[in-house]
Amino acid sequence: MKRKILIVDDEPNIVMSLEYAFNRGGYEVFIARDGEEAIQIIQDILPDVVLLDIMMPNVDGFQTLEFIKQVPSMHATKVVFLSAKNKAVDIEKGLSKGADKYLIKPFSVKKIMVEINELFN
Amino acid sequence: MSNLLLVSIIILYLVILFGIAYLAEKKSKSKWVNNPYIYTLSLAVYCSAWTYYGSVGVAAKSGFDFLPIYLGPVIAFPLWIVLMRKIIRISKQHKVSSIADFISLRYANNRFLGALITLICVVGTVPYIALQLKAISDSFGIMTTQSNVDVTNVLSDHTFYIAILLGIFATFFGTQKTDASENHKGIIASVAFESILKLIFFLIIGIYVTFYLFNGTEDILSQIAQKENFSSLTNFNGLEDGMNWFFMIFLSFMAIFLLPRQFQVSVVENSREKHLKKAIWLFPLYLLLFNLFVIYIAWGGTIKLGDSGNPDYYALLMPLQNGDTFLALLVFLGGFSAVISMVVVSTLALSTMVSNNLIIPYGFLEQFVKGRTEKNDFYIKAIRRVSIFMIIMAAYLFYITFSVESSLISIGLISFVVIAQLGPSFFIGLFWNRGSSNGAIWGIIIGFCVTFYTLILPLIMHLYFVDDQFIDQGPLGIEMLKPHALFGIDFLNPHAHAFFWSMFFNLFTYLIVSISQKGNYRERNYAEMFVDSQNFNDLQDNALVWKGEAYVADIRNVLIKFLGNERTERALSLFFQKYDLPQDTQMADARLINFSEKLLTGSIGGSSAKILISSVVKEEEISLVEVLKILEESKENITNNKLLTQESTALAKMTEKLQQMNDELIKKDHQKDEFLDTVSHELKTPVTGIRAATELLIDDSEDMPTEIKDKFLKNILNDSERLSRLINHILDFEKIANGRVDFNQKKHDFNTSLTTSISSINQIAIKYNIKIKRLSFQSVIAQYDEDRILQVLTNLLSNAIKFCKPDQGVITISYEVVSTHLLVYIHNNGKAIPAEDKAYIFDKFYQSKNQNTVKPLGSGLGLAISKQIILKHNGEIWVKNENKNGVTFGFQLPIG
Repeated sequence: MKRKILIVDDEPNIVMSLEYAFNRGGYEVFIARDGEEAIQIIQDILPDVVLLDIMMPNVDGFQTLEFIKQVPSMHATKVVFLSAKNKAVDIEKGLSKGADKYLIKPFSVKKIMVEINELFN
Repeated sequence: MSNLLLVSIIILYLVILFGIAYLAEKKSKSKWVNNPYIYTLSLAVYCSAWTYYGSVGVAAKSGFDFLPIYLGPVIAFPLWIVLMRKIIRISKQHKVSSIADFISLRYANNRFLGALITLICVVGTVPYIALQLKAISDSFGIMTTQSNVDVTNVLSDHTFYIAILLGIFATFFGTQKTDASENHKGIIASVAFESILKLIFFLIIGIYVTFYLFNGTEDILSQIAQKENFSSLTNFNGLEDGMNWFFMIFLSFMAIFLLPRQFQVSVVENSREKHLKKAIWLFPLYLLLFNLFVIYIAWGGTIKLGDSGNPDYYALLMPLQNGDTFLALLVFLGGFSAVISMVVVSTLALSTMVSNNLIIPYGFLEQFVKGRTEKNDFYIKAIRRVSIFMIIMAAYLFYITFSVESSLISIGLISFVVIAQLGPSFFIGLFWNRGSSNGAIWGIIIGFCVTFYTLILPLIMHLYFVDDQFIDQGPLGIEMLKPHALFGIDFLNPHAHAFFWSMFFNLFTYLIVSISQKGNYRERNYAEMFVDSQNFNDLQDNALVWKGEAYVADIRNVLIKFLGNERTERALSLFFQKYDLPQDTQMADARLINFSEKLLTGSIGGSSAKILISSVVKEEEISLVEVLKILEESKENITNNKLLTQESTALAKMTEKLQQMNDELIKKDHQKDEFLDTVSHELKTPVTGIRAATELLIDDSEDMPTEIKDKFLKNILNDSERLSRLINHILDFEKIANGRVDFNQKKHDFNTSLTTSISSINQIAIKYNIKIKRLSFQSVIAQYDEDRILQVLTNLLSNAIKFCKPDQGVITISYEVVSTHLLVYIHNNGKAIPAEDKAYIFDKFYQSKNQNTVKPLGSGLGLAISKQIILKHNGEIWVKNENKNGVTFGFQLPIG
């Protein structure tokens, strides 16, 4: 069975590249344009991994993560932040909230694939 | 009217008074009991039976001579208020419970002075109370048409029983608390009630006489004018009468302060200082109303009754003669009210003085020191109760033995002159710090002796020895010593004459003794406290200079004897708290001694308190110079403290300002961080897009379908454009904000500029199917940098497009000239801007949540740049939610 990935980002160009890459990498890809949309659809999808931008309008990445952590059926769901914020404090903050990884924009698509795949080994 | 009926009415009336007093005691916190009206009405205890009946008598016999007694208070009342404020403050501070306490406190709680004042007050007041009893007896006789009251048998005399009842009333409501300086709400409420009744009933009889028995004032005037002695009643006999009036007014002015009952109601019973403000006009008004009809009742009585009735009781006799018994009964009850309030308040005031300034300091102190709290409490109350009855009985005895023949007003005036002897030590002591206790004592004694010689002795001689030779020729025929014309002053009436000479000698003695003999340091200490009442509130417990050794435990023991364990502990603990001392303080200081004296004053009087406290402490002598120095220092300290407080508040303000500035800097710093964060985020985003897309294009070029390749390439192009636009905007914004851009300001027609900007944005509007409506086309010449204003217009227009819904959007543009400014409005019919956004919408990178497209076309800097441009043109930019729908962005530019 294909692994499910939910990409949450408000930048369509970035989403398009990621979508293409993960499709090719054998994932079933879902897309949400911001945290609000992600929360709406996530329980229907029950993704294996969520790739989450932090700076988004309405509901941001942190709030989305908090929501995911509260849902019992998504205990196993991995959450990876993907953000342009690259200061040490930002990274620490993201990990302390319970994210599995914190990746930085701009990114290499190949490297992202490797990091995500690593989560399941 | 039958004897029995009148007695039952009297008893019923007394029951009502008891009820009122009882209710007032029970609801002593209520607004009905504590208000300026009750206070003012209680001051009207001034109007006794002497006023009620006696004024008419005087008016009938000698015209307007009754007036000075009321003019004095009316004229002096503004001054009364000023002095009263000071007196009340001092009294409340020191728990003063009578005028004897007050004056003796001023002279360092001198025991003998307190006792002397008490004696003077007793001598001055007992006959006065007797006079009231006489009024009851007389009016009772008139109502029941008993021509002669049988005074040989006390037990058959109604007046005796009424006196006893009044004594019970005063005892019951006057001695509930041991602390006499506390308010007696019940008595005051009943006095206020009586004051209303006596005024109303007196007005009724006045109106009855003037407008029912006669046809108004003119009628009375024309009838009385036909009487032979009329001119003597209304004429003013030049200087002599003027002098008489002057002294009478002056006398009554002193009486309003010094009469024990007035001091009781105006100072001891005062619950709030601000009640004085209402009294200042209300009390004179009361006196004025009371005296409105006096002269008409007197003249009416003279016309109707002439010599067939006692002029004092014309007000009763006229309705009786006319058969209006009920009206007469009202008048009787009015007079009865005047009597009750005067008798009750006077005996209460006197009994406090007699117990606190005479009996306790001279006989019971040692016993109190040994006794237990409850026992002491019982004794103090018992002494007061016995005093009340003793005073009333003394007045009754005086009435049956002496006053049968004298008219009401003569005894009243003697009382006034006797009480006035307290005047010099009272008034001057308030303002002159050199006045000493010896001066006060000798002044009062000499003044009283003169009064006795000029007023009381002649009366006794006249009544009992029928010897007018003494008055007419002087003792042993010495002309200069004629009691009514001392040293040849023969143009004053006996009372004014006595007042003049007694005041003269009293004042003279007071001043001479005070100047020639320095008082001791303690006296000077209190004097400074009284005189310097401006600092009075500040000084308080610190005002007493004291040096020596004293233990808190000893003082505590004394306090417990009178206050009981619980109250003592509470008071001490409050004291320690106030001065920030440990609760287990061992040694007492001056403040504690002063404080303890005050605590005891209400219960046993000031001089006893001083004696008791000094019996348990070891005081060192201090020189007068030292006292003055210490007082001066404490005053200085207060000033310094004030300065320090001012400075520290100034410092606190400065600290607050610095804190604010610091906060602002931190906020700015934070904003700068945020700005950098946002900039880097905004820059990284297109870079991320470009990087990811190129990577995929390179690595996956063979397998990638062409349409996806195209899409990626297009994305790269878009992102590159976005990146360059962003960089341009950031640089632009920073340049404008930092003033590094020169504006090329020239005259332009705004009409043309607007056309240009609309045509540049038209393409996008058509794409989203949004209509642009332009309403204004007139030419307006203004001075501006065209490129920059075009930039603003383009920003605002593209902004408007963002806020509109595609396909339904309408953008309306208009402009106008208002005085020296061009005003431009760009309205869109999109959603209103949330209040939380409005304040920030012109900030850098602030992107409203209300935009319709997910990602804005702009950089997040458009509005911020527009604002900078407009500001550099000395204009303003704003945004406003319209009531109906839509949002208007507007700006104004100065023309010229």
